[in-house]
This record gives sequence, structure tokens and C-alpha cells, in this order.
Amino acid sequence: MPAPEPRPALEALRAQVSRLEGQGRRRRGALPFGVPEIDGRLPDGGLALGALHEVAGGGHDALNAAASGLFSAGIAARTRGKVLWIATRQDLYAPALQQVGLSARRTIYVAASSDVDVLACFEEALRHQGLGAVVAEVARLSMTASRRLQLAAETSGALGIAIRRWRRQTDAADFGQPTASVTRWRVSVLPSVPLPVPGVGRSRWLLELIRARAGECADFEVEACDAKGRLVPCRLALPAALADRPAQEAAGDRRARA
Amino acid sequence: MLSVDLAARRLGLRPGTPVAKAQALHPDLLIMDADPDGDRAGLERLALWFQHRIAPIVAPDPPDGIVLDTTGADHLHGGEAVMLENMVTRLKESGITARAAIADTWGAAHALARYGRGRITIVPPGEMAAVIADLPIEALRLPADIIDGLHGLGVSRIGPLAGMPRAPLALRFGPDVARRLDQAFGRQAEAIVPVRLQAPVQVSRNFAEPISAAETIARYITKLVPPLCAGLEEREQGVRRLDLLLHRVDSRTEAVRVATAMPVRDVRRLTRLLCDRIETIDPGFGIERMVLTASLAEPILHRQGVSALIEEEEADVSDLIDTLANRVGMQALYRFAPVESDVPERAVCRVPALAPEEAREWPDHWPRPTRLLPRPEPIQTMAVLPDHPPVFFIWRGIRRRIRCADGPERVFGEWWKGDAELTTVRDYFRVEDTSGETFWVYRTGDGEHGETGSQGWFLHGLFE
Repeated sequence: MPAPEPRPALEALRAQVSRLEGQGRRRRGALPFGVPEIDGRLPDGGLALGALHEVAGGGHDALNAAASGLFSAGIAARTRGKVLWIATRQDLYAPALQQVGLSARRTIYVAASSDVDVLACFEEALRHQGLGAVVAEVARLSMTASRRLQLAAETSGALGIAIRRWRRQTDAADFGQPTASVTRWRVSVLPSVPLPVPGVGRSRWLLELIRARAGECADFEVEACDAKGRLVPCRLALPAALADRPAQEAAGDRRARA
Repeated sequence: MLSVDLAARRLGLRPGTPVAKAQALHPDLLIMDADPDGDRAGLERLALWFQHRIAPIVAPDPPDGIVLDTTGADHLHGGEAVMLENMVTRLKESGITARAAIADTWGAAHALARYGRGRITIVPPGEMAAVIADLPIEALRLPADIIDGLHGLGVSRIGPLAGMPRAPLALRFGPDVARRLDQAFGRQAEAIVPVRLQAPVQVSRNFAEPISAAETIARYITKLVPPLCAGLEEREQGVRRLDLLLHRVDSRTEAVRVATAMPVRDVRRLTRLLCDRIETIDPGFGIERMVLTASLAEPILHRQGVSALIEEEEADVSDLIDTLANRVGMQALYRFAPVESDVPERAVCRVPALAPEEAREWPDHWPRPTRLLPRPEPIQTMAVLPDHPPVFFIWRGIRRRIRCADGPERVFGEWWKGDAELTTVRDYFRVEDTSGETFWVYRTGDGEHGETGSQGWFLHGLFE
């Protein structure tokens, strides 16, 4: 690709826009998913560090946050350093997080008593330099609160993930309200990959990128996080695709035996 | 030899025997170098222990004794005899052979504990003179040359010595003899200078004009913390607990306490922890005195830094932990650690956030659900016994048809936890409904035998 010719007017405009956005901030880099289809859609080539990201579950997962929790755990597993997980409901099962690569040794849980506490701890943790990722489960996230969180993340370069989890299905409408988060995802479960034998195949997610600052929305169909927290895009020619993924093959094998 | 134990004494060895001679007599003798400094430190520690347990006025009485003023303390321990018995027994359990005596004076008690007859001696008030008159003069805490001199005069018991005219004694041996006699008989007072615990590091500030604004309080906190940290640095300690007392003009006191997970001596961190709590202070009509005390301090252990060759040093998060713990409570911050149990809810335990990391992990032969319900919820199902997964189930009013399933994974009861679990069994299935949601359900019992469980179905967790 030839180098783009310099356009001073455009550069000046870009500088002005970024000033207006209130960001003299350095580029902190990004955490790529390792899936070209997804990374290509994100402006930073991955989840921007020093930013707040929102994840919600679709359907019943909005209440249970199992898929969105696992998706977030997979992202956190691919960072370095300690991970802080802030929640009011203490129902995460640590062995499952270990199965997507997030070791219990790295994960510190904060049992907050209210959403206010969650947000306060979230902001405090995002300001801290040295955490790999901060995950918080919140129901409501106002523009003001998310703006504060986003600014806190910018100061430290931390990766913040807000899992939106509601108590009632009707509260999930709150997800339509605008927030200052950089990306917004919705994870819904899809029927798993059919196996040639009885048993549950590898689970699949519909990953909707609902909002990306300076990016576009997109939908992806992926297989759930593997043992290192990586996502694998779905390919429909299954048996052939499985052949080059021995871990997957072994898992299928195990289930078949089970 | 400076000192021998009971076994050696039975062999005929005495303090003062040359080591070479003792070794010649008993070739496999265990000989250790004398450590007077260590002995003194040990005695000091033992004295502190007595101060905690028995009475407040305690002093080491080198080289081998401890003196206590138990006046007014004995009834707390069941009387003098019981107290002494307990003390001696407790020391014996720790491997220390001890003798104890109670008398009106330090000198007399010292003499009786070392030269008295029994393991325990209690002299009733007023009868002391008669009891110690019989003891040898070595019991008087006099220098060895004076003892030798007195032996030369033919004096070997305290009674005759006490009856001798003072002036010639003083002329020949100096004032010590008369002083020790007077101290033993209670004619001259002898104070016990008690051992003291190290006072906590404390700084304070008085205000001529009472303060109340939050910014002013914050400013003075930033002024108090550096001298506190300097005081801690002298002792090579860091704080685990910090108390800030604010004395108000209406003579009430506001208190702020912050705790840290590890010893801290960082001015900025401590200032921050205290300033975070200013909003909880009610200044009333003003604060006239601020006192900052390191109420719990511990030595700071320095850790060796990781060289940058292979391992990358992990960022320190203990300051964040402290900040959060002071907001939500230390017990609300935790990590999960594996427990060796197949029962899912028992396989995890909470450990403190900064507990040492353990090497073990959970086995991952079987997939585990992301969310585990706090307690299994009963579901209505239809399933073919003994080992088929349900065809459908109803949970929280929603009926779900099952498309495919994995299992069963059999979990046996842990008979060592209770007799009821001797035969119990749970069969876990991972089931996926038609919408793709995956659940973790189990049946209590093996599906064949009644004694293994009620054969009821429960939902225990949710997968992705």
C-alpha cells in the first residue's frame, strides 16, 4: 500500500476533533482478540486499553450473565497481572474461569454490597496502574458514572469491563441508554456445534458489537473461549476445521466418551 | 561450665567444673556455648509473658530469675498457692524447670526460690525473718568475694550474719552486706522496675483555633503522617492499623481507624487512606487536638526484586487492596483457592486477597459452569432411569426442551464428613436446551437404589 499523501487540513481537523473529545491521551494500545474478522472492525485493532467496555448478555443471559461473564473472563485471561472482579452477587464459579485460562491465583474478588459500592470500587481500581483488567457487574450505568469510569481508565491504561447484569428482564431496557464506554457488546448463546455422537458440542456465541467509538457495528458468530481465553470464529465445514485444533478434538472425544 | 541441667547434675557435674574434666568423665556429653545475651533476651521475653498473664509489675532478675509484684493480682488467679502452682506447671510444660516463692520482700523471695526447700514456697506476712534466717548466705545476692570472706569468718547462715554488729562488717566488706540484709528483711525498700512494652509510635497536634473544614483536616493529616512514618522508620516497622483520634471542643472524640493488609510505611498511601475517611468525621463545633497512633505495627519484610531476565515483576496491588478494604471491609476482598473435593460447592474456599498463592489448581477433566447457584434449585423433569439425562425440565416457571446432554458425572458423598453421606451419590449432567443455553443439573441418587438419594432433580449451575 503506498504511503498516504500528507493532508495538512485533514490532520488539523483530526487534531481538533481529538481535542474536542477531551483526549490529549496517549494511545495505550489494544488487546487483540486474535480473530482478524473482529480485530479488523475495531478501530484500535482490538479492545482498547485504558478504556471502558460494556458487555451484556442477550435473552436470559441478561439475568444470569453466564455467557457474558465467560466472555469477559476470556478477555481478562489474555491480559497480564492481577484481575479484579467486582460484583454484588457472588455466584461466579472459579473452576470455570480457570477453564478459560483465568487462574484463581490472579483473580481477586470484591463483594460489594450495592451498585454504588461497585461503581466506587470500579473507579478506584481503574485508577490503579498495575491491574491486568477490572471486571465489574453492574445493573445501571449512567452517562455520568460511565464517563467517570472512562476517565479513570484513561489515567491508568487499565482495561475496564462492565458486565451489565439485571435483576429483572425488564430492566435490560436500560442497555439502550447511551454511555461513555468505548465499545459495547452483546453475547447471546447459539445452539452448539452438532456432534456426530450424542453429547454437547462446543458452544457458540453470537457476538454483537453494538457500539464502537470511531467504528462500526458488526455481528460475529464465534465458538466460546478456549482454555486460553481465545475466541475461534465459526466455520461451518466442521470436521475438516476440527482437524487442526487438537484441543478441540480431544474435548469432543471426551464428551463422546462421557 | 556455667550451667548444667538436671541430668548432668545427677551425673555429678556442677557449674564450675572444667569442661575437659567433664568430657573425660562422660565422653558423650552435650556441651553448648554459653550465650549470656541470648539468655538475657529470653528472660526479658519470659518477663513480658508474665506481665501479660499474671501481674503488671514484672522485672527480669538476671541471670536466672524473674521477680513479680503480685500484690492484688493473686486473687485473680485463684489465690497465691494456685497461682504459683499454675506458673510452675505452665513453665514446666514449656520445658523450663522453675521454683517459685512468695515473700514480703524481693530479697527474701529471691533467696527462698533458690535455696528454699520445696518447689513452691509461700511465706505468710510477718514470718519471713524466721524462715530466711536458716538459709545460706549465698542467698543474699552478694558478690562472690564477700561470700568467701564471710565464710572465712565462719559465717554460713543468714541468721547469725544478721545478728553480727554492723560497723565492723561495713568496715571490712563495704556497705553491700548491710544493704542486702536490710532489703531481705524488709527494712529497706527495693523498687521493681517493670519491663515495659514498647510504646506505639504516636504523633499529635494541638490547635489554638479549633478546626472543622474537611480541607483543613486533610491538611493536618498530611502534616501528621510524615513524622509518624519517620518514627516507624527508626524501628524498621510499618503499620497494619492506624488510629486517628480527633478530640472535639465538646470533649467528645471522633475516631478513624484504617487497616492495611501488609505493613506500610508509605507517606502517600497512609495519607490517602486517612483522607478517604474524612467524610465519616463529624467535627461538631471544631477539633482541638488530633492524635495519630500506629496502634499495630509490624516489621517490614523486604522482598528480593525479580531480575528482569525471565520473570516479569508483577505490579504491587496491595495499596489498592487496602483502599478497597477500607471501603467494603477486608473480608469482602478474597480469592478462591482449590479444595480437594469432588462436591462442587466444597471445591472452592475463600482465602484473603493477598494470601500466598498456592500451586494447586482444579482438575479440568469436566467442564464446570460459569455461575453456580448459591444452593441447588429443584426442577421438574422427565428422565429415563437410571442414567439418562432429562428430556425436558421446568425451572423458574420456564419449560426447556433438551436438545443434547453430556453425562452423567458421578459425585460420591464424602463419608468422612458425616454418616449421612456414606452412600449418597449425585449424577451431574450438562444439558443444552433448544435455544442453546446450557445448564448443569443433577439427580440425587444413582437412579436405582433408594439409599443413594431421593432421585430428585436439581439445577446447580449455568454454563455460557
